[in-house]
Amino acid sequence: MPVGSDFGSVLLATLRDVAPIVVLVLFFQIVVLKRPIPQLPRVILGAVYVVIGLALFLMGLQKALFPLGEIMATQLSSPALVGGEGGLPVGWWSYYWIYAFAAMVGFATTIAEPALIAVAFKAHEVSAGTIGQWGLRVTVAIGVAFGLALGAFRIVSGTPIYLYILAGYVVVLVQTIFAPKHIIALAYDSGGVTTSTVTVPLVAALGLGLSNAVPGRNPALDGFGLIAFASLFPIIAVMGYAQVMEWKTGKASER
Amino acid sequence: MALRTHTTAAWSVVTGITRRLGSALADLVPIIVVVAFFQVVVLRQPFPQLGEILLGGVLVVLGLMLFVEGLEIGLFPIGEAMADALAQKGSLFWLIAFSFALGFSTTVAEPALIAVSDEAARIAADGDLIENSDGSRASYALGLRLSVAFSVGLAIVVGVLRILKGWPLYYLIIGGYVMVMLMTIVAPREIIGLAYDAGGVTTSTITVPLVTALGVGLSSVIKGRSPLTDGFGLIAFASLLPMVFVMGYGLLVF
Repeated sequence: MPVGSDFGSVLLATLRDVAPIVVLVLFFQIVVLKRPIPQLPRVILGAVYVVIGLALFLMGLQKALFPLGEIMATQLSSPALVGGEGGLPVGWWSYYWIYAFAAMVGFATTIAEPALIAVAFKAHEVSAGTIGQWGLRVTVAIGVAFGLALGAFRIVSGTPIYLYILAGYVVVLVQTIFAPKHIIALAYDSGGVTTSTVTVPLVAALGLGLSNAVPGRNPALDGFGLIAFASLFPIIAVMGYAQVMEWKTGKASER
Repeated sequence: MALRTHTTAAWSVVTGITRRLGSALADLVPIIVVVAFFQVVVLRQPFPQLGEILLGGVLVVLGLMLFVEGLEIGLFPIGEAMADALAQKGSLFWLIAFSFALGFSTTVAEPALIAVSDEAARIAADGDLIENSDGSRASYALGLRLSVAFSVGLAIVVGVLRILKGWPLYYLIIGGYVMVMLMTIVAPREIIGLAYDAGGVTTSTITVPLVTALGVGLSSVIKGRSPLTDGFGLIAFASLLPMVFVMGYGLLVF
């Protein structure tokens, strides 16, 4: 993606990105459903907004979110903060500010995430009120915070990512057996919704910056993977929360 | 009278934009707060390149606001109406074709995916995995996005078939996990982290609302399906399959 001032070429690339959707809508509406497009002027206005908005967003991303993630990773893993001046090796625990930063970014962005608010509302509905909306959001936010901190630890320590993800999958599968049936589909979906359009580039840049700054790490091998952690832990958190709430209400009704 | 309708229309645009501005800010404000806290309390130094980053932040908020507003006034109503109409139409062929095209085209336009694949191309070029030229970076990034888009399309098709046939969701999830782990064994190490990330990246701004509408529409049309338990779950499979396909792409390219 061309950076900065070249708004024209970003706009052109954006047109290309949106083209498949336009083709899809036109084809199905006219050829398959054989209907005119309702409120055509509104749809066209919407499409213009989408193209311009996407182009602005992508330009802003290059100027703000990517540099922000990299700068924070570099600053928080600098020798001044973690020690090890003069090329002395430092242990993984010295990077505690990185873990704290990753966790706080995860928690703060998740608790404010509009998509999660919608999921929490639905979960409240499906569970007939056993699952509190606020409780669920806090649980998921803690899940994402823990996930990102663990992901940052993985980058610092350079351990293979599949071990963590495999362990996560096993936990999810075991939980699936015991979790209330009606919550399972919603829990699986919640993994996708917590990573928003703003959080993803920031977190990706954080991981890449961190793998650049920590001696012995290679961005190509270790830099990616943070988003995977951020989308696995909400699944575990939602099912875990549903299990605990069901168990609690079960206890209460036994008494 | 005409004047009055105009003012109400103008007013609804204004309130629409302020509401959108609020939700775009809701994405960014937590990040600003956390970064500011670390800058002031932990690092105790002024932020580097502050002006540039603030300008970029304004662009991000404005862009996201316009983008989401455009989706809501243009694409979502028509997309939901189409998903509903096709679910009712009862032609399996067109339903499947629509599901695939929906997953594919919305993923191609997904902003987070565009951003991450460009970044991935830069990293791959720096690490000498691909040739370091504009052309080869662009084609690597596009290849990544197309493999993700194809896999999301396929995943939506499988998810729709699941709702039609009533397969339990966890069969698909377990199958997906097994495929992910098998591909991990054979895929080049350089692609694995990126592939795992692809799962979370694919499903955000555009794809989720439209795909959810399709799922909920389908399960309310078909007898014996509940929108709440059968309609959801489409997204979950759509974040597993991209991992498998991106690892496949890595096998081909590296």
